[in-house]
Amino acid sequence: MQIFDSFLLEAVINGILLGGILALLALGLNLIFGVIDVVWICYAELIMIGMYSVYYAHNVYHWPLALAFLACVLLVAALGALLHVLVIRPVLGAEPINQLLVTGGVLFFLQAVATLAFGVEFKNVGVSLPALQIAGMYISFARLIAFGVALGGMVALYLFLKRTYIGTAIRAISQDRGIMPLMGVSPNRIFVLTSAIGGALAGLAACLLVLQYDIHPAIGLSFGPITFMVCVLGGLGNMVGGFIAAFIFAQFISVGGYFLALEWGYVLAFLFFIGMMFWRPQGILGGK
Amino acid sequence: MLRLENVSAGYGSFQALFDVSLEVNGGESVAVIGPNGAGKTTLLRVISKLLPASAGTVSMEGWPLNDVPAHQVIARGIAQVPENRRLFPKLTVEENLKMGGFLAAARARYAERLEFVYSLFPRMKERRAQAAGTLSGGEQQMCAIGRALMSGPKLLLLDEPSAGLAPVVVQAIFGLIRRICAEGYTVLIVEQNIRQVLKVVDRAYLLETGRIKTSGAAATLLASDEIRKAYLGL
Ligand SMILES: Nc1ncnc2c1ncn2[C@@H]1O[C@H](COP(=O)(O)OP(=O)(O)OP(=O)(O)O)[C@@H](O)[C@H]1O
Ligand SMILES: [Mg+2]
Repeated sequence: MQIFDSFLLEAVINGILLGGILALLALGLNLIFGVIDVVWICYAELIMIGMYSVYYAHNVYHWPLALAFLACVLLVAALGALLHVLVIRPVLGAEPINQLLVTGGVLFFLQAVATLAFGVEFKNVGVSLPALQIAGMYISFARLIAFGVALGGMVALYLFLKRTYIGTAIRAISQDRGIMPLMGVSPNRIFVLTSAIGGALAGLAACLLVLQYDIHPAIGLSFGPITFMVCVLGGLGNMVGGFIAAFIFAQFISVGGYFLALEWGYVLAFLFFIGMMFWRPQGILGGK
Repeated sequence: MLRLENVSAGYGSFQALFDVSLEVNGGESVAVIGPNGAGKTTLLRVISKLLPASAGTVSMEGWPLNDVPAHQVIARGIAQVPENRRLFPKLTVEENLKMGGFLAAARARYAERLEFVYSLFPRMKERRAQAAGTLSGGEQQMCAIGRALMSGPKLLLLDEPSAGLAPVVVQAIFGLIRRICAEGYTVLIVEQNIRQVLKVVDRAYLLETGRIKTSGAAATLLASDEIRKAYLGL
């Protein structure tokens, strides 16, 4: 029997690459929850809007792709800040269930707006990147880029949170909101800024996803739920936990998909998730 | 330096402070003493604008703070060490100190002030990389005081620095406060530990159920029958 199975290895590598993008998806959501204590149910829909923005900037208005990407990140960052000011801030003191409902409402709102404005047909930016062939394995170039950028984005965020005054304040505010003014920090501004960063991460994810997937108004549903599961599995609000959970999940999907069929990979991942929820409902690294 | 004129404040329909007037002059150390629930913490929260006054004015160096938002009070030179220290437990000691020096003006002098805080509390230098939540009670109080000093305040507000500490540690903390006063800081300190605090400060106000009952030089109050009978059990 052959010990070294290059197809299995290919599946593992593709799983790692998928893990990178899942980790990026989870990162923004975890940042928002960890700092503001609110779950953006509409997170994936922000990404959907970002994907459309790349399509319109690049394919309709013929901006260079790099410029379209930059615009997408800035646009979704602005949407994140706007979401906070218009929707989250008024319900900050409300019951968690109301906060969920309100961002859930934004989800349907964004889907409806996208359907009206952009139509239901699938759109594609039409950038097709080749698959790399390494040692007999096929590795998607788009996934490789996504993995690299996702990792880079996460390292950048980590350094920002660790090294800068504002980053330290973002970590501090999640531990004691009430005394931030005594430090000379306006909690409001930190929340708006954190929301903009969360939005920027969603925008970055949109740029990476647009290279691999068609765009349609309901695209958020294809990765929104899995993003939430990754966050919950890692411990909601725990960025390191989310990172680990993303790679575990991705392996289930990729390797499970290799042994059975792709859909079964997802089924296995969901089963694993359900099992884990019985065993560790607080998540891998969750505190409470 | 700091002046309160007929300040009232409360929580909802509950009034916690009634017509409080007091003054702290530059270079002075002043205490507000009083029993549980007298309104001491409320008073400091009003000065820092964490709680709005329902009447009266608070002014710093002649400027009323009425329209100053809470996060800009520290820029006027008022730093507070809050009740129960309120460190950021998961940040390291040094990160906590960094938060105290968040203001743009303070960032420029970060290294110098850090050095000063470490010279005042050498223990903090040893523990600089430790999560603040894992410090002992006394160490946490040092860290909280150090954090407030990082902004280079003109006036330092201290809310019960001795609360919850062992007697030896209380002695040490009051010793440190004495040193801070000697460094030239103006200090307003709120305490229940009346006997100890009156040995450290120049003047004191007695606050009871939200009203200033009496005030005077610390030594006079310490000797007065009113304080001795009611609070020192003599
Ligand atoms: N958040 C709040 N909501 C309602 N009432 C409050 C609140 N905080 C304090 N109070 C009330 O205001 C009064 C003054 O409280 P405050 O905390 O200022 O007292 P204190 O002198 O600091 O007491 P202690 O020595 O126990 O710290 C108390 O009667 C208290 O019950
Ligand atoms: Mg108090």
